[in-house]
Amino acid sequence: MSVDKDTVRRIAKLSRIALDEARAAPMVEELNGIFNWVQQLNEVDVEGVAPMTSVVAQRLKMRDDVITEGNAADALMANAPLGEDHFFVVPKVVE
Amino acid sequence: MSLPATLTDFSLAEARDAVHARKVSSKELTQAFVKAVADARPLNAFVTETPEKAIEMAIASDVRIAHGEARPLEGLPLAIKDLFCTRGVKTTAGSRILGNFVPPYESTVTQNLWDAGAVMLGKTNMDEFAMGSSNETSHFGPVFNPWRARNSNQNLVPGGSSGGSAAAVAGNLCLAATGTDTGGSIRQPAAVTGIVGLKPTYGRCSRWGIVAFASSLDQAGPMTRTVRDAAILLRHMASVDPRDSTSVDVPVPDYEAELEKGVKGLRVGIPKEYRIDGAPPEIDALWHKGAEWLKAMGAEIVEVSLPHTKYALPTYYIVAPAEASSNLARYDGVRYGHRAEGARDIVDLYEKSRAEGFGREVQRRILIGTYVLSSGYYDAYYARAQKLRTLIYRDFTEAYRKCDVLLTPATPGPAFGVGEKTADPVSMYLNDVFTVTVNLAGLPGIAVPAGLTANGLPLGLQFIGKAFDEATILRAARAIETASGFDAKPAQWWRAA
Repeated sequence: MSVDKDTVRRIAKLSRIALDEARAAPMVEELNGIFNWVQQLNEVDVEGVAPMTSVVAQRLKMRDDVITEGNAADALMANAPLGEDHFFVVPKVVE
Repeated sequence: MSLPATLTDFSLAEARDAVHARKVSSKELTQAFVKAVADARPLNAFVTETPEKAIEMAIASDVRIAHGEARPLEGLPLAIKDLFCTRGVKTTAGSRILGNFVPPYESTVTQNLWDAGAVMLGKTNMDEFAMGSSNETSHFGPVFNPWRARNSNQNLVPGGSSGGSAAAVAGNLCLAATGTDTGGSIRQPAAVTGIVGLKPTYGRCSRWGIVAFASSLDQAGPMTRTVRDAAILLRHMASVDPRDSTSVDVPVPDYEAELEKGVKGLRVGIPKEYRIDGAPPEIDALWHKGAEWLKAMGAEIVEVSLPHTKYALPTYYIVAPAEASSNLARYDGVRYGHRAEGARDIVDLYEKSRAEGFGREVQRRILIGTYVLSSGYYDAYYARAQKLRTLIYRDFTEAYRKCDVLLTPATPGPAFGVGEKTADPVSMYLNDVFTVTVNLAGLPGIAVPAGLTANGLPLGLQFIGKAFDEATILRAARAIETASGFDAKPAQWWRAA
């Protein structure tokens, strides 16, 4: 299986990464190089094999549904590129 | 005990003993390493140096020692991979997108180290988001290997992704360093810089506060100059942590206490599939020599088979990018990290911030991950890869019926030149051919230096253990360390640079 330029544009869109025209063509080639190489997995018969979900045999731990940490708004805002009071600022979302 | 000629030649164990015995103060020791770090800037091993913090921590350690309150790692200067969040100290993951990120919290592993008394020298350079095998994908430029081939001035890569940590340990810029290993990122750089690197069992060290790459594979571990040092450091990195639901509640043993037990009666498996075409004969010869050394010390050598080995790398290059595409979705230019200027709307802001903030390799892997998880391709790629992962895991379970540990080469070759493998992603990925199986199966692995190539570059061997049996791979690595007598050090060419 191989990908074309339109597919690469579509997955870039899904990935929310702007892909300019100059990068699109080499990206098609790079991805196809990798996809052709992983094709060898098709040689293996995986009929009846369960997919790996965890390498360590343990039940997912549960904890009480209570607040463990909070009131850290100042710390959480400290790295915001653009903020006002305790709000993150983004470009207009609704027209 | 005698002090080495320069304080930076100390092993972690020697420094611990000297500091505890008050033969040297933490401040003197730390000052020596702060200077070594500054003198080694041509290596580009550090993204951020924290000399003031180091001296401040060292002085506090000296006070504790004076009061007889020394903790196990009291006053010992370490380097921290820039993937571990450190409170108030910039943490970049080698990426432009986190170029100014100052975490308001501390990772569990580093907190454990500070609680044990350790001192922080700074944050080490690395491949961007730990995606790379040569430290050349870092936004902050490549790291140079302290080692050069005999009669050569060519700069070599230190391996990756923990290349800065490896260079810092090999160049005597710190007593030891932390690394992380998703497909070989501790063991591969350790092998090509002539140091010891251990990837623990998945769940042994908490992943909390470590910038996530592929969560089902990532593990933190020690990078050190001796096997004993790895045993010491691992004990103080490992813990069960309520903040990481995959950390495992198994007691952390005193690995150092079991180190000298030897390999008599140990069944060492040699997986025949690790003989690969095109590997330099020196790799095979060293592997053979390693087996001979172990045999001479009373180990039993057993041929075993891991039939799905050749599928491990392609499996990894589906599973890891899939998890990465999900983990890296959080970088949006809104809450922290790089934000693009002049965006038209919110989607444009995301797309531009991510295009500007992520480097080529990271973008490539996000696209691969998005594709293999997308509708219509999930079963063909991702689900199939997860089944292969089960088969690779079973290979090890089968092999461990016949042996206690596995001995393999650590890398397919010695350090290569800067820029030599960047054009072809797949040829770069092949550097992890011997290490990646271990991550897929969640097992512990250790790289230990075992010899030099004909032109004077270090090569390592790898032991792979059973889950939570780090004690046995440390003991086996200690035996190789003793037998090989490896004590070569790189010439400190960077001091004159």
